[in-house]
Amino acid sequence: MTINHHLDPATLMSCAAGSQPETLAAVVASHLSVCPHCRSELRKFERIGEALFDDLMPTPVTKQIPIVAMRSLEADGSTDTPEVADGHGDLPAPIRDLSRSKLDDIPWRRLAPGVWHYPLSLSDNAKGDLRLLKVAPGTAIPEHGHGGSEMTLILRGSYSDTFGTFRAGDVADLGDDVDHQPIADPVDGCICLIASDRKAKFKGLMARIVQPLTGL
Amino acid sequence: MIQLSGSDRLSRRPAAFVIPRTMADLLQKVAESRDVEAFRQLFQVYGPRVKSYMMHQGADANTAEDLAQETLLTVWRKAALYSGEKGSATTWIFTIARNLRIDRLRREVAWQPLPENQDEEASDDPDPEELLNERERRDKVRAALSELPADQSEVVALSYIEGLSHSEIADRLGLPLGTVKSRMRLAYQKIRESVEDLQ
Repeated sequence: MTINHHLDPATLMSCAAGSQPETLAAVVASHLSVCPHCRSELRKFERIGEALFDDLMPTPVTKQIPIVAMRSLEADGSTDTPEVADGHGDLPAPIRDLSRSKLDDIPWRRLAPGVWHYPLSLSDNAKGDLRLLKVAPGTAIPEHGHGGSEMTLILRGSYSDTFGTFRAGDVADLGDDVDHQPIADPVDGCICLIASDRKAKFKGLMARIVQPLTGL
Repeated sequence: MIQLSGSDRLSRRPAAFVIPRTMADLLQKVAESRDVEAFRQLFQVYGPRVKSYMMHQGADANTAEDLAQETLLTVWRKAALYSGEKGSATTWIFTIARNLRIDRLRREVAWQPLPENQDEEASDDPDPEELLNERERRDKVRAALSELPADQSEVVALSYIEGLSHSEIADRLGLPLGTVKSRMRLAYQKIRESVEDLQ
């Protein structure tokens, strides 16, 4: 997988800080799982976090070290987090558990002509929106950020806009002030993972999709 | 081995007492022989730091202390994963604290795995010379951070220390989202050289 479109440094900073909304963090983790370049970049941002962490004025702790708890805890070489995998053009490892099916088996719901979606469940506390989007060949890909942060990871196929062509593994990490009209590949269409830190507004989304067709 | 006695010494100039070589050694001892004394020293150094970190992130003192304990217990439990990793003990413990904070304080999913899983090639034993360089590097990072203009330093601190998202920082400071991001990019351009020295 050749990746040409990477994460913005401001995104990597927020990721290293652990300060991203869950929705955006899911897209970032999915991109990182297939992008060694951004994984390497992220480590640099973690060093900034380390230096800042190291500079904090310590607050004395009053409790003793928890010997009893330590004794009861076996050494554990396993990990709580999903393993890194290459995705093989299908769902990236971090979000695999969210959909419980492969891309070919997703029960897509129709959103508009040529556009289907599948919302992914998040933790109860998560704000924003995370969903898979499938766009028919030659169809415009809707934005749904509405002023917040928005991020798109291509899973299959591609789309093109003024910033170039985005293929599987590429991430569109663009500002909210960017106005562009991505069009799905005329042959393969596009399936992507799309996140926003705001709730999706479907009325606006529908209007945007329908607009080119109706000329409104 | 450095003697770490009493929090009064630690509270004055924390950085000077955290020597990567020593911390990596302590972590190795915990990993290889479940060395309680080594763990006690790690606890003395990192417990108060993690507690401060959690308090900056919005936890009250009791919760912060619980989370500091839990962070260090995770270190105890997962030390074997650090063993043999080419990297800083402090970065590793910071990422454990960071993920725990997302899980407990924000009650969201922490998407980022700990560093040892992320990096296929980082499997060699730590080289003493590299760890020495790492200490120099950390001082450079700290120096670069201290030279940032106030507006850039502010967004960096709000992100790492207070745990605010881009949008939350924009709201807090009354700035457009794009301005927050561009200040972060500018800050990184200035810090970049200092974090790349180890490569």
